[in-house]
Amino acid sequence: MTTHTEALKELLFQLADDDFLISYRGSEWLGLAPHIEEDVASSSITQDTMGHATMYYNLLEELGAGNADALAHLRPSAERRNSILAERVNGEGYYMETPIYDWAYAVVRNYFYTQAKRVKIDSLRESSYAPLAEGAVKVSMELHYHLMHWRTWFTQLLSSTDEAKERMNKAIQLVMEDFGDIFSYGQYKEAIESEGLIASEDELTKSWLAALTPVFASLGLEVPKIPAPTKNGRNGEHTEELDAAIATLSEVYRLDTEAVW
Amino acid sequence: MVLAATRTEEEMQTEFLARIEAGEKIEADDWMPEEYRVALIKLISMHGISEIMGALPEKEWVPKAPSLRRKLGIMSKVQDEMGHGQLLLRVAEDLLKPYDRNRGDLMQDLFNGDLKFHNVFHMETKTWADAGLIGWLVDGAAIITQTNMLGASYGPYARALQRICAEEVFHAQHGESIILALAEGTAEQRAMIQESLNGWWESLLMFFGPASSNTTGSSKQDVTIKYRIRTKTNEQLRQDFFDKYIPRIQSLGLTIPDPTLRYNDEEKLWEYAQPDWSKFKKIIKNEGPRSQARLNLRRTSYEYNAWVRDALSAVID
Repeated sequence: MTTHTEALKELLFQLADDDFLISYRGSEWLGLAPHIEEDVASSSITQDTMGHATMYYNLLEELGAGNADALAHLRPSAERRNSILAERVNGEGYYMETPIYDWAYAVVRNYFYTQAKRVKIDSLRESSYAPLAEGAVKVSMELHYHLMHWRTWFTQLLSSTDEAKERMNKAIQLVMEDFGDIFSYGQYKEAIESEGLIASEDELTKSWLAALTPVFASLGLEVPKIPAPTKNGRNGEHTEELDAAIATLSEVYRLDTEAVW
Repeated sequence: MVLAATRTEEEMQTEFLARIEAGEKIEADDWMPEEYRVALIKLISMHGISEIMGALPEKEWVPKAPSLRRKLGIMSKVQDEMGHGQLLLRVAEDLLKPYDRNRGDLMQDLFNGDLKFHNVFHMETKTWADAGLIGWLVDGAAIITQTNMLGASYGPYARALQRICAEEVFHAQHGESIILALAEGTAEQRAMIQESLNGWWESLLMFFGPASSNTTGSSKQDVTIKYRIRTKTNEQLRQDFFDKYIPRIQSLGLTIPDPTLRYNDEEKLWEYAQPDWSKFKKIIKNEGPRSQARLNLRRTSYEYNAWVRDALSAVID
C-alpha cells in the first residue's frame, strides 16, 4: 500500500526530473541556436525551466527526500523518473566539440513537451498538496510564454519551405516514438491518481490532444497517436543517453559532494 | 541637401569634431567622417562578436555547474552575454548600412578571420574555477574598458554600453561569488583557483591591449581617443584594473604569478612583467589554443542552421 507521501514524492520526482533533464538539453544548445535572438529567448526558457526543476527538488527536500542538489546531481539513472523524451540527446556529438544538433527536433520536442507541461500545470493548480498548487501558479505564468514561443516556431517552420516541412515531419515522428511515458505515472499510477494530486493519465492525454488539434488542423495535419511506451522512464527505465547526461551534469559536483560550491 | 553639398569635406570634418568637442552625441543617421564610421564599425562589431564568441568558453560549464543555484546563475549570465552581442550587432548593422552589409556579412568576416574576437575568448577553460574567474576578472576587466566608453561620442554605442555595464556588474558579482565559495572551501578548491589565476593572468594583462602600437604594429586606441569614443589609453586601463583587483586577489590568499609585480609609490603605477606580446599577436590571428575549435563550433552550427534562416525568410516573404 503506497502512502500519500510516497505517491506525492513519486510525482514530484517525475516533474522535477523532467524539467531538469529538458533544461539540461536546452543548456547544451546555448550559443548554437539558429540566430542570436533565438539564443537569448531559448536560453531564457531553459533557465526558467531549471528554476521549475529547482522548485520541485526543494519541495522534495522539504518532504525529507534529501538535499535538493544531491537529488538533482547524484541519483543514478535507475532512480530517475523523467520521461524518455526529456533525456534524449539533441543530436549527434558531444556539446563541447562540434555537435550536430537539429533545430527541427528541438522545436518539436519543446513544443510537445511544453504543451504536456501546460496541461499538467493546469491540473496541478488544483492539487490537493497546497505547496505544489502554489508552485504551479508561478510556473504557469512563465509557461504561457514558453508555449507561445514553441508554438510559433512549430507553425512557422511547418508553413515554410519544403525542406523545413520535411525536417519537421521527421522530427514529429522521432519525438512521438518517445512520447509513450509522458503522461504515465508508472507503477504509482493508482496511488497518484487517487490522491487528488493531479488529474489522471487519461484526462491529461485528452487535454493535450484537444490543445494540439486546432494547431495541427490549421496546418492540414493530424495529431499523431501516442504510442505505448517501449521504455517507461517513470519506472526508472532509461537509455544510455541519460547516463551520459548525468555524468556530465554532475562532473564538478562529484569532485567533492561534501564541499560548498 | 543643397547646403551640405556646398560645404567641403574639410569643413564638415571640422564641424563634426566641434560637435564632439562640445559633448554632443552623434546619431546613426548623422553625417560622419569615413574614418569615424570605420573605427566604430571595427570597434563595435568586434565587441559584439566577442560577446557572442565569449559565450562559448563559459557555455562549456553551464551544463556542468555544480549546484542548482550555480546552474541558474551561469545560465542567466551567458544569456546576458548573448543579449549584449545582439544589442551591439544591431548598433554595428546600422553603421554598416552605407556599405550595404549586414549581420550575415559580419558572420562571414568572423569565419574567414577578417573580424577578430577578444583574446581572452581564445583560451581554454579547464576547470569550474575558470568559469568563476572569467566572471570575476574577465568581466571585471570588461567593466573597466566599457566604463571608459560610457561617454562615447557615438550615442547608440554609449546607450548600449549603459545597459551592458549595469549587467556586467551582476556578472562580476556572480563570478566573485563562485570564487569566494572556492576560496573558503577545501584545499583542492583553493588550489583550483590558484591554478586558474596562474593560467589566466597573462590573458588578463593582454585584455587591455598593448601599451602602444610599437608593440604589435597597429593599435586603434589613437583614433578612438581622437574621436572621443574613449578617454583612457590601454595602459591607463590596465593600471585601473590593477588598482581595483590586485588587492582583492591578494586578500583571498591567492598569489599573483608575477614575482616582479610591485607598486611604485612615486610614480603611482604598478610595475609588472609584460606578457608575451608575440603570443597575443598569434591569438588575435585566430592561432590561440581554442581559436579554431570555437570558430568551428560557431561556423558549423551556423551552417547546420542555414535551413532555419531560409525557412524564416520564406515565411516573411
